[in-house]
Amino acid sequence: MLNKALFKKPHNPLESDPGQEEGKKPAVPGELCVKCPACGALLFQDELIENERICPRCGEYFRMGARERLLRLADEGSFTELFSEIVSGDPLEFPDYRAKLVKAAQESGEREAVVCGRGRVDGMPAALFAMDPGFMLGSMGTALGEKVTLLFELAAKESLPIVGFTVSGGARMQEGILSLMQMAKTSGAVRLHSDAGNLYICVLTDPTTGGVTASFAMEADIILAEPRALVGFAGPRVIEQTIRQKLPEGFQRAEFLLEKGFVDAVVPRSELRRTVARLISLHEGGSAL
Amino acid sequence: MNAMETLQAARAAGRPTGADFIANLVDGFVELHGDRRFGDDPAVVAGIGTLSGRPVTAIALEKGHDTKEKLARNFGSAHPEGYRKALRQMKLAEKFHRPVLCFVDTAGAYCGMEAEERGQGQAIAENLMEMMWLRVPVISVLIGEGGSGGALALAVASEVWMLENAVYSVISPEGCASILWKDPAKVKEAAESLRITAADLLALGVIERIVPEDAGMYQSLREELHGAFSALCAMDGEALAEARYARFRKIGGSR
Repeated sequence: MLNKALFKKPHNPLESDPGQEEGKKPAVPGELCVKCPACGALLFQDELIENERICPRCGEYFRMGARERLLRLADEGSFTELFSEIVSGDPLEFPDYRAKLVKAAQESGEREAVVCGRGRVDGMPAALFAMDPGFMLGSMGTALGEKVTLLFELAAKESLPIVGFTVSGGARMQEGILSLMQMAKTSGAVRLHSDAGNLYICVLTDPTTGGVTASFAMEADIILAEPRALVGFAGPRVIEQTIRQKLPEGFQRAEFLLEKGFVDAVVPRSELRRTVARLISLHEGGSAL
Repeated sequence: MNAMETLQAARAAGRPTGADFIANLVDGFVELHGDRRFGDDPAVVAGIGTLSGRPVTAIALEKGHDTKEKLARNFGSAHPEGYRKALRQMKLAEKFHRPVLCFVDTAGAYCGMEAEERGQGQAIAENLMEMMWLRVPVISVLIGEGGSGGALALAVASEVWMLENAVYSVISPEGCASILWKDPAKVKEAAESLRITAADLLALGVIERIVPEDAGMYQSLREELHGAFSALCAMDGEALAEARYARFRKIGGSR
């Protein structure tokens, strides 16, 4: 199913580590195996990828790179990347930022924390974006904000639905206030796309927090979430420090947001493509009246 | 003053709060409460009055003055219902063609369990999206602390002004130092690196104007706001919304 030659830029999904963040990073004895952070089972990489990066023993969801997300969603050979020329500068000359960008690019195989493009889902054209957990934990700086904004503007002009996957630690500190402004900019573009009568489906994946939650992740017409995905404005550690108590199990998880009315559905990875395709098809062909 | 000194000045006790600005600038202010969904957030003061004779909707993040009031106002850190209350007043302003004047002073949106349960992220997101395309003039004045998304949720404006000792940042310098450098002692370096002062933000194209903090501050602010609103009120709703989008669109823009 996975055909890496589909993308213009050669990219081996095996190169992208499913989780870069501390604690989530699976211990890798050699290159062939990964250890499940939840149950400790030793899994073959191939087996894990074949199983959509879900632990076959305990069902734990591993993080997935942006390109692999899009590859699994889009019809074979249909994805064309857009705006890949837009990359982060260092507008504030922030200490160590340039070195971090280089490292992020090496580790993730991406040039920025979001991949945007056009593709087809079950034959239906759509604009697509996916954030990459391996690139500075999907943090939003000016380049990411610009790419997302351009995608919404393009989709508004071409009357395309948008499907996006979010994973983010929030606004990127190293670009300071300019990162914060991307929240406003992307929100403006989401509305532009929406007012033109177009559909936007967002899939929240683990973790989606901070400035991305407080902007385009929560502005979709239909918000789906992967099981157990952590979604919030403040991260759990910050909340615990603020209120000086431990958070209950399951707090800010996808199922909790569903219960509180902030997501439309929690959809298992195996059902995602079918669900998204069905939702798009229900919006095809204009008004039912 | 360096960035750290400005940060301290922005947070200093005795600094005028949002309610003080409303009291000094907005005549005959009638406070209007509640978000009509959950409750009334005391961290946000909202209502209608006149500014130099023109009806305006005024909204402020309010930290409170003494300890008792600060506790009651949650130190100016709003819950989702505070942002929804602000948005409700903005939509009313749009309906009745009134300009909107916001005063921003907050360490940030509140990071508590109830705030998360009631959708802090969703509330802020909705404000950003709605404010961007509001068909009336909006001016936001950062009067003290502009803490991240919780400040931006009242600052997607036609023009953003800052008092000379106010700060505006994506994260508190303390948070930045501890997350990025795992060293709270590096707060000074973080304050400098984040570029949080009014002069920094003017240079970065994020604000339009710096308001001097002198004895004549309220008087000159009133005149400048009147002048700016007069110019903005001459534009039609669509042009105002388009101009606001263009204003934010160019920040970090590639084309």
